[in-house]
Amino acid sequence: MSTVKEKNMIDEILRMSGSDPKRCMKCGKCSATCPAFAEMEYHPHQFASMIDQGKIQPLLTSEAIYKCLSCFACMERCPRDVKPAKLIEAVRLCVIREQSRNHMTPDDIPCLLDEDLPQQAIVSVFRKYSK
Amino acid sequence: MIYSYYPGCTLKTKAKDLDMYARKSAEALGVTLEEIPEWQCCGGVYPQAKDEIATKLSSVRTLASAKSAGQDLVTVCSACHHVVKRVNDDMKNDEYIRTRVNNYLGLEEPYAGETNVIHYLELLRDVIGFDQLKKKVKNPFKGKKIAAYYGCLLLRPSGVMAMDNPENPTIMEDFIRAIGATPVVYPFRNECCGGYITMEDKNLAIKKSNQVLASAEGKGADLVITACPLCMYNLSKNGTKHSLPIYYFTELLAEALGVK
Repeated sequence: MSTVKEKNMIDEILRMSGSDPKRCMKCGKCSATCPAFAEMEYHPHQFASMIDQGKIQPLLTSEAIYKCLSCFACMERCPRDVKPAKLIEAVRLCVIREQSRNHMTPDDIPCLLDEDLPQQAIVSVFRKYSK
Repeated sequence: MIYSYYPGCTLKTKAKDLDMYARKSAEALGVTLEEIPEWQCCGGVYPQAKDEIATKLSSVRTLASAKSAGQDLVTVCSACHHVVKRVNDDMKNDEYIRTRVNNYLGLEEPYAGETNVIHYLELLRDVIGFDQLKKKVKNPFKGKKIAAYYGCLLLRPSGVMAMDNPENPTIMEDFIRAIGATPVVYPFRNECCGGYITMEDKNLAIKKSNQVLASAEGKGADLVITACPLCMYNLSKNGTKHSLPIYYFTELLAEALGVK
């Protein structure tokens, strides 16, 4: 059973993503094509089914939400236009929009730098991992 | 031919070559690129949530600036192109986003996706034409086997990016032919190099980059070309098991045109 807070969060996720996980026919193409599949505790097709079933809590605490590479392979190849990448992004936003929940902060950056690392990588992780 | 030009943050810092050779080559091809005044960073990744407004503003400022100059907007970096093009699509087709962005920006004339955003490769294909480019090549790359690395951002989602067939693209191979080389088609040319994950999980970026390079090397490539500074970084730094040289496509273009 999901709590009221979880139900609100699911509504929020559906609104933010514009995705309808009920459209998923469980073909598994999104997960098959996902370049981060092996690193994800929950895979793209599971985000669709777990959100649909109201099982949001395990997703909110999973490292899987930080493994999506935003390559949009799942979105491109989904035959039902479920947009798994948008669902994963919406779950991550539910977490990092909470106070003090940034996954990466400026203090984390200096030890990750090397002389060739492009600015693009740094601005991208801030967009993805912090608010 | 005059275009508004958006270089983006990395082309002013770690990817100066991508920018410099793009400008030199454009000049040689009779195209003037006018840099957008006081442009801001696009943010590197497209903010996917419908209620993300602030993160889309910098792209809209760029788009509105091109609109007021009455020019099409040219990008070179794959990430900038992806972000600016998708935000433009939102401004054209998503009333919720369009209204909120315009309420905030208070532009003289509200922006509604009027600007045409084209990537430098599309400029070569659709405006100059690869057959015309071929005629202007002074130093053809005869006998070189070149692998085009598209990555993710130029092609997907194809409904919005609309650059080429997302699974079987040809634009970079046609470019390679135009500069006199032989394109190498390999399975991983449109699979991910790991992107920004190099900062969160370096091993994953190493795994992905090595897969791409193994695929290109397996098909006999001498070198790889890319339009993306982060792909350049991953393939050259995180492609630890391979030593294939990686170049920006603009550098090869400038060399072919004799302006390097």
